[in-house]
Amino acid sequence: MKKEQNEVIVSIKDLKKHFPVKLGAFSERSGIVHAIDGISIDIYRGETLGLVGESGCGKSTTGFVIVQLYRATSGHVFFNRIDLTKLSERELRPMRKKIQIIFQDPYSTLNPRMTIGESIGEPIRAHKLMNNKEIKQRVSELLKDVGLKPSLANRYPHEFSGGQRQRICIARALIIDPEFVVCDEPVSALDVSVQAQIINLMQDLQEKYNLTYLFIAHNLAVVRHISDRIAVMYLGKIVEIAEKNELFDRPLHPYTKALLSAVPEADPKMERQRHRIILEGDVPDAISPPSGCRFHTRCPIAKEKCSQEIPDLEEKRPGHYVACHYAG
Amino acid sequence: MAILEVKNLETTFKQRKSKIHAVNGVSFSLRKGEMLAVVGESGCGKSVSMLSIVNLLPPAATIENGQIFFDGQDIRKMNKRDMQHIRGNKISMIFQEPMTSLNPLMKISAQVSEALIYHKKLSKSQALERSTELLELVGFSNIRELFNEYPHQLSGGMQQRVMIAMALTCDPQVLICDEATTALDVTIQAQIVELIKNLHAKLDSSIIFITHDLGLIAGMVDRVIVMYSGFFVEEALVDDLYDDPRHPYTIGLLKSIPKIRGKEVTRLASIEGSPPDLLEKPQFCPFAPRCRYSVERCWRENPVLTIVPGKDNNPTHKAACWVDTRNGVEK
Repeated sequence: MKKEQNEVIVSIKDLKKHFPVKLGAFSERSGIVHAIDGISIDIYRGETLGLVGESGCGKSTTGFVIVQLYRATSGHVFFNRIDLTKLSERELRPMRKKIQIIFQDPYSTLNPRMTIGESIGEPIRAHKLMNNKEIKQRVSELLKDVGLKPSLANRYPHEFSGGQRQRICIARALIIDPEFVVCDEPVSALDVSVQAQIINLMQDLQEKYNLTYLFIAHNLAVVRHISDRIAVMYLGKIVEIAEKNELFDRPLHPYTKALLSAVPEADPKMERQRHRIILEGDVPDAISPPSGCRFHTRCPIAKEKCSQEIPDLEEKRPGHYVACHYAG
Repeated sequence: MAILEVKNLETTFKQRKSKIHAVNGVSFSLRKGEMLAVVGESGCGKSVSMLSIVNLLPPAATIENGQIFFDGQDIRKMNKRDMQHIRGNKISMIFQEPMTSLNPLMKISAQVSEALIYHKKLSKSQALERSTELLELVGFSNIRELFNEYPHQLSGGMQQRVMIAMALTCDPQVLICDEATTALDVTIQAQIVELIKNLHAKLDSSIIFITHDLGLIAGMVDRVIVMYSGFFVEEALVDDLYDDPRHPYTIGLLKSIPKIRGKEVTRLASIEGSPPDLLEKPQFCPFAPRCRYSVERCWRENPVLTIVPGKDNNPTHKAACWVDTRNGVEK
């Protein structure tokens, strides 16, 4: 693992994010979406932490709360030991230089009326770090870093393909030398042959700029490739977290096991022999999540206790945490 | 025997003053009971070629050329009425987005029984009875309640199962699944894939599975066609394709997928560049600009699908490439 002296860069403590919503055709009822319901994670400097789960499990919300695009309902987000949730918008500004985010869809995140040079340079301008000449210089450097020609800086986003746009978004995120980057499904919208290019690029840049990544994705194979440790989320809770080989070789939580067994592999012989754990039903509603363990409605090994008591995230093996009463 | 045979199909789209060459003369046949996969990246023409078969193309598209035989009849020569008798009846489709394919204003009961009343001329009560059977077949239990629900009350996986039940209403001879599981989560995708496999074993239909995911189809189909830029670039039985890919594009695609099991690579092999735009019908190999193997001939002539070397003329494995990729030497 690439942990540098095990220094924690981001620490999340009992984080909750609830969204009030109006329900019914005439908004006559209200409810609360429990998007994140008490999660704690430490992210170490220099590592890539993968965060996986199915749609609606709260993985993107977690990323958004860490960069303070959403303010937490309760709990803490420590960045370099400073609690971001306690800071005002003004106090947050200098912190934002150090934390950046890359989004899923490179088509909707670039302003179509700005040249890509302007887009990439905008963070520097916003933080008033350099003059125009220096910005131009820096934009050229970053374009080279992400594998694009500096002469393209005067072009507009529509002139680029999806993969190139994602390169531009990466350049924009890195231009103010962040320490920590939240990558929210950065390759999901790209074609398979282009995905690999972007994954390789992100790994190269991590090394060059000594970055820490929180890599949010639903594709387990991609997450396995890029991460050092992986956290699995289900309905607003972390159910398992471990070093990646440990997680893939020895999954303990029944949800992780089902998730791993559901991923198809490009190998016909193995696929035909494989035994799949097919989960019954769908992910329950986050407005009224199940009592006890949230997975018990679909769990193949659930017993009575599971519907009553919420399991804690416990260290079952060294560095391998699981939230399940009967894991193993 | 072939249930569906497509010869030299060519489809284009009008775009202002230019033309987009989406499908550039593809030919294939589908045997009775066969499960065939068509794979490729977005914009490679896989969906358009299948939509051409059932004549569901958007107004801007035209079939320029080609013949499509279904059960011996040329369906391009058919009038609208005869085509309606085939579409949704003998050839049916399942699309990617179940939410946009279901009518939001119709209850599930009406939605599923509609085709039975129209095609099979059943009475309403007979149609509902048959619909109940079909919905049970795709794994629903509480049908009475389901009948009275509207699409938005169902989850994505349930909607897709309703779509599958609808596609099966008239015992189609050919079922075309266009990215049928792409919008779903992995655990739900596994449910649907298992369902389609079981149905295929139970029913006597041929299935064409369109997808971009080479992993998804590996354990499911008999034969695979790989498309790039509107051309078929490789065609093989499923084991041959994964064990011994011959077209540089297929080789690159298989290498660029990260693995979930087994040995890890520190760096993924990637295909440089991005797919070409389709504004001009290429006079040379469309993959040449991204190809590691390209030779001078690749820039002059576009290769056609031919039997790959070293397979003792095994007619099931074909690739469109001027180079023998096993040794990198021009054929």
